[in-house]
Amino acid sequence: MMKKSRRSFLKVAGVAAVGLGASPAMNFASSDISHPVKSKNEHGLSAHRWGMVIDTNKITDEVVEACVEACHKAHNVPDFNHEVDEEKYPKTRPVNHKQEIKWLWEEEFHNAFPDKEDEFLAEKYHDLPFLVTCNHCKNAPCVKACPTQATFKREDGIVLMDYHRCIGCRFCMAACPFGARSFNFRDPRPFIEKNDPAFPTRTKGVVEKCNLCAERLAKGEQPHCVEASEGAIVVGDLEDPESEVRALLNEHYSIRRKQSMGTEPSVYYVM
Amino acid sequence: MLEIAIKGSKNYWLWIVFLLAVIGAGAVVYIDQFMNGLMITNMSRDVSFGFYIANFTFLVGVAAGGVMVVIPYYLHNYEKFHRITILGEFLAVAALIMCLLFVLVDVGQPTRLLNVWLYPSVKSVLFWDTLVLNGYLGLNIIIGWKLLEAERNQVEPPLWTKPLIYLSIPFAIGIHTVTAYLYCGLPGRGYWLTAILAPRFLASAFAAGPAFLIILCYIIKKFTKFDPGWEAIQTLSKIVCWAIIANLFFFFCEVFVVFYSNIPGHLAHMQYLLFGYHGYHALVPWMWTGITLMILGAVFLVIPQLRNNKTLLPFTCAMIFIGAWIDKGLGMISGGFVPSPLHHVTEYAPSGKEIIITLAVYATGFLILTILFKIATQVKEEVRG
Amino acid sequence: MNKNYIITGLVIFALAVLSPFWFNIITTTQAAPEPELLGKAKAEKKCVLDKYDMRANHMSLLDDWRDSVVRDADRMYKSSNGHSFNMSLSTGENSCLGCHEDKAKFCDACHTYASVTPYCWDCHTNPKEIE
Repeated sequence: MMKKSRRSFLKVAGVAAVGLGASPAMNFASSDISHPVKSKNEHGLSAHRWGMVIDTNKITDEVVEACVEACHKAHNVPDFNHEVDEEKYPKTRPVNHKQEIKWLWEEEFHNAFPDKEDEFLAEKYHDLPFLVTCNHCKNAPCVKACPTQATFKREDGIVLMDYHRCIGCRFCMAACPFGARSFNFRDPRPFIEKNDPAFPTRTKGVVEKCNLCAERLAKGEQPHCVEASEGAIVVGDLEDPESEVRALLNEHYSIRRKQSMGTEPSVYYVM
Repeated sequence: MLEIAIKGSKNYWLWIVFLLAVIGAGAVVYIDQFMNGLMITNMSRDVSFGFYIANFTFLVGVAAGGVMVVIPYYLHNYEKFHRITILGEFLAVAALIMCLLFVLVDVGQPTRLLNVWLYPSVKSVLFWDTLVLNGYLGLNIIIGWKLLEAERNQVEPPLWTKPLIYLSIPFAIGIHTVTAYLYCGLPGRGYWLTAILAPRFLASAFAAGPAFLIILCYIIKKFTKFDPGWEAIQTLSKIVCWAIIANLFFFFCEVFVVFYSNIPGHLAHMQYLLFGYHGYHALVPWMWTGITLMILGAVFLVIPQLRNNKTLLPFTCAMIFIGAWIDKGLGMISGGFVPSPLHHVTEYAPSGKEIIITLAVYATGFLILTILFKIATQVKEEVRG
Repeated sequence: MNKNYIITGLVIFALAVLSPFWFNIITTTQAAPEPELLGKAKAEKKCVLDKYDMRANHMSLLDDWRDSVVRDADRMYKSSNGHSFNMSLSTGENSCLGCHEDKAKFCDACHTYASVTPYCWDCHTNPKEIE
């Protein structure tokens, strides 16, 4: 007896277990066979609320480039400057660079922090590349805006996207105060230099953004940007006072983007 | 009653064929968009809503504007509107279908559209918007059709239509309020983040909707034997007059707050729209044209001699309609996205393909409007005749 | 007077509605292909569910899996037959394609026959297809 899905099967089984004969005879016959069990990976990393600390003292152009490249390569983020393989993708139309896709990228201080634009900003910050990405806000406006729960907040604080469910209404893009989201205006595949099969590409018509490497955390590994950052980026549990991120925030003065919006970003910049 | 729609003059059929041709052209372009994605539009990472959503927003207003004939007639028993109430309701139907079509052509994954109802998200304004829009559409179809049928059969409309009519009034206000809430609840968009957005939307709706209805009355009078009545048109023009003044007033409040407070996040958008921002000023001439049209329209309507001038009135209404379209369609949506939350400037103008699809949606609306108005006017001729 | 029109219309309608049958009469039909089990899958013999359940309901299972992985972060699946699986189409040894090595002979054979085009592969990648 297989119901439409395991989940609905389990629901039915649950109701049956409460005590009514609603469940079919099969349930009794098979009571010696255990029910399927879903679980997290054993070695996965967990947190009450994942957060990121970027130490601007350790950020250089090289670090920025390495982080962006590691992230975009591993997540099959298309690069519109990539020359299309005409054989594989014939008749690919020219790109509109304004329709580009990015998960992690570089901004100048006054763009990353437009509300902190100082007339006499320290020169150091003026020239510094700032890495920006999804802030995995505690009160994420994109999660509220999404009409299908395709964007949702996981229990561990990561704001994730279900690309299977996204209808491409782009309301989340309007809602995000950080410009963290990109829309697939076209099929991204012709612009992916080397498709990494370990992570799916996206399809045209859905929105995408940084997922804080949820797929890596699940395997007990650190996010790609952290690994590439030579110590400039640390990811950890914001709610755990013993965590490395908390230690960093305790020792240094840090800022967040657009705090006045009340979205409570989980990405901190140590100044 | 539908059989009425398939008997018509040569001009009627020419007009229908013309509309079908536009729809056909749009359908061909839409197939391209469906296969290749929204890359055929000029929308971008920074300006993620464009012409489709702009027209959607404007047409929600036109649909809501229909309530300006419903309220006087049903709540205040204003008899002069007896003949045009049905026109207001059918205009709402056509406008709402266009709205839904604009949403359809705007989404990246149209085949998944029903996910909105499969996974309802009560915190999402868009979810509520789909409910009120479809609700108001259903109400207007039922009410319009039943009342017209009753009129044709020369009987009283069924009693159950009464509560539906009363329900349609808050729904009309609701569709535009909820549509404004789509925008004004977003923290990062200074141009939209204002409590007066919904009132402003309603004011412009109550101007644009009835203004369009006046134009339609002129067209009906010219092409059919049905006369909507000059007095009804006069009353409508007064409604347009006050609504457009309210709209301008709200806009002025907006301008004052933004410029006097001088808060950059709010100021930048208004600056971009009215004067240009960091050398970008694609929308400046449009905005001033819109404002001028609305102000002139308001002046022409305030002065009784000009308002009562039968030749001038349709032009005044056209000015207001176009002015409101620029203000709410072009300016409201693009203005909210420029500059971006990171204060980059990406300008937007619709692509040719986007315009063709938009025109096709309008043509679909006009086709529905033509058929519904043809039925309504013919029934009314029959009854009188 | 309208009778003839109506009857003609009905006949055309009936003919059109039954067109798949006409199509089958004039074309030859093939038996459904058996999905081919190769390599690991052949040796293993035990999938997540038994053969017939899998055949009938793999799409529901996959649908359920993707919700678990994406939304609940549950990635491991211990099936009722005691085997553990990595709830993934194509990543790792313990995923669908990790065991069923040849997508063409396993997935596509039936899908093509049944004329269904699941959009899994619009995004997911068969590792074997990358040289």
